[in-house]
Amino acid sequence: MGRYFRRKLLIYGVTFVIAVTINFAIPRMMPGDPIARMLAQNKVSNVESAARMHAYYNDLFGLDVPLWQQYLNYWGALFQGDLGVSLFAFPSPVSSVVLDALPYTLGLLLPAILLSWFVGNGLGAIAARSKWLDNTALPVSYLLTAVPYMWLAILLAWVGGVILGWFPVAGGYSFSFSGPQFSWNFIVDALHHWFLPFLSLFLVALGGWAIGMRNLVIYELESDYSNYMQTLGAPRRLVRRYAFRNAMLPQISGLALQLGVVVGGALVTEVVFAYPGLGSLVLDAIQNQDFFLLQGILLFIVIGVLVFNFLADVVYVLVDPRTRLGLEGGAS
Amino acid sequence: MTTDATLKSDSVGESRERLYFAFRNPKVVIGLAIVLGLLLVGLIAPLLLSAEPTQQFDAKSASPSGEHWFGTTYFGNDVFTQFAYGIRSSFMVGALGGGIAFVIGLTVGFTAGYRGGLVDEFLNMLTNVVLVLPALVVLIVLSTYLENRGPVSQAIIIGVFSWPWVARAVRAQTFTLRNRDYVDLAKLSGKRAPQIIVREVMPNMASYLLMSVILLFGGAILFAAMLDFIGLGPTDSISLGSMMQQSMAWSALHLGLWWWFVPPGLAITAIVGGLYITNVGLDEVFNPKLREM
Repeated sequence: MGRYFRRKLLIYGVTFVIAVTINFAIPRMMPGDPIARMLAQNKVSNVESAARMHAYYNDLFGLDVPLWQQYLNYWGALFQGDLGVSLFAFPSPVSSVVLDALPYTLGLLLPAILLSWFVGNGLGAIAARSKWLDNTALPVSYLLTAVPYMWLAILLAWVGGVILGWFPVAGGYSFSFSGPQFSWNFIVDALHHWFLPFLSLFLVALGGWAIGMRNLVIYELESDYSNYMQTLGAPRRLVRRYAFRNAMLPQISGLALQLGVVVGGALVTEVVFAYPGLGSLVLDAIQNQDFFLLQGILLFIVIGVLVFNFLADVVYVLVDPRTRLGLEGGAS
Repeated sequence: MTTDATLKSDSVGESRERLYFAFRNPKVVIGLAIVLGLLLVGLIAPLLLSAEPTQQFDAKSASPSGEHWFGTTYFGNDVFTQFAYGIRSSFMVGALGGGIAFVIGLTVGFTAGYRGGLVDEFLNMLTNVVLVLPALVVLIVLSTYLENRGPVSQAIIIGVFSWPWVARAVRAQTFTLRNRDYVDLAKLSGKRAPQIIVREVMPNMASYLLMSVILLFGGAILFAAMLDFIGLGPTDSISLGSMMQQSMAWSALHLGLWWWFVPPGLAITAIVGGLYITNVGLDEVFNPKLREM
């Protein structure tokens, strides 16, 4: 078990370092002067303030010292939680802007990921059992995995929001609330806004899990131990239960691997619904050429993905005894 | 996706038999028909259409009619023209991005699996790291810094970040194949490693490789559409994703211009879905066990 975790932690550590390094390197390697572009984009016309901002950002990027020292300074600032100042929401620091948006994205992502995983696995396992269900659930699942996230979101907003008028199509809460607050009215209103983006994410992710589970269960049912148990006369239910439990293992490691894709899906879904999470923030950052904000978001997402991956590993160890005993297995 | 490729030796008779089964398999036929049909639209329609995708007609926000098959946008662009050009660019990005990812994945997987040892340790680490990185977010940051974006640069960055799962699967299969007798024989007869990989190892996973190309192709199209939708698409041309972005930006939802945002998404779904269906069919062709189901 120790070896398994050491290896995983090493991979996550290296990933984090690489992500930070990419973050550090991109603005310095890309052609052009990002600071000049930021200032031009934000139409800082006053010459004096433009010069001051240019000097400020030069200082903040620390472009006047050697590269290796810039790199060390970058890490130093990072550990103090200093990700720079957002241009788009000036003068708020990037970290607080991101933290404000984070609850909305997590509120969408976590239920969508977990529910789609449970429902999809159940659906797939049942589909592997009945030919009739297999013939209907499988094509629908393939259709769902092929749909681009934002298109399903647009369709749901159009049908549920515009045509039927059942749900609001934009925002995280009504304009009548000046901001998030703790009251029943607000929570009901926020849930009302939450439902369509959630449904959209849930549906796209659902298909993949159902297909994966169906294939895995069929594969397990064909394996030697299943055949052996069947020849011993074990009841079909028991054989299927063993097949299901074995098929769970790849689905757990798949949960971690799919995360990056689902996060991407959440970003574009939020853009469609103008939902005030990280996705809308990414859009604002791009439109305002707010590079600090964009890189801060990248860093937050990378950290989130790594933490979630680690949690999946812990679950994997709890579920699969082979990893606990230090045997091969779970070598994902 | 678990694709259980058969690891049997290929022969001429067998590949002919597979071709026979492939064209008998309704999934392969339907999937390919959808994909090739749309490919034809993307290849031929732009040649026949007189209008440019950016050309503005007098009829603005017009619903579909004989003159404008898919209607016009808020600005009077012909939606069908944009649609055809968009499909063309989607196929291009899919082929190029998927191709790049395939070449990288194949190289990394074969090298790691065949060499083993320290090389494998390093490449495996690299694969796992890229696998964990949230690709779309990295792509967003990279594209934002690119001032002039074209379909080619987009395809390259997509390819560079979507190869890891191919590399992992190829590595695992190479591991099981590299100690086979015929590989040893090839080594004894003095063949070099690249030659052995291409001549002895690769044919044994040809079916798997074909299927991963298809999946990479579809994945690259989806990635490109997402980037385009956030406004990071090609700066100088139209794409299916940027059509959706435009329709949302000019509130096609509230104006009821459904012909503006339905076709591009439908086309992507059809292309990617068609590819997936082809893949399932091919799996049945290569894997006779599944055929009986």
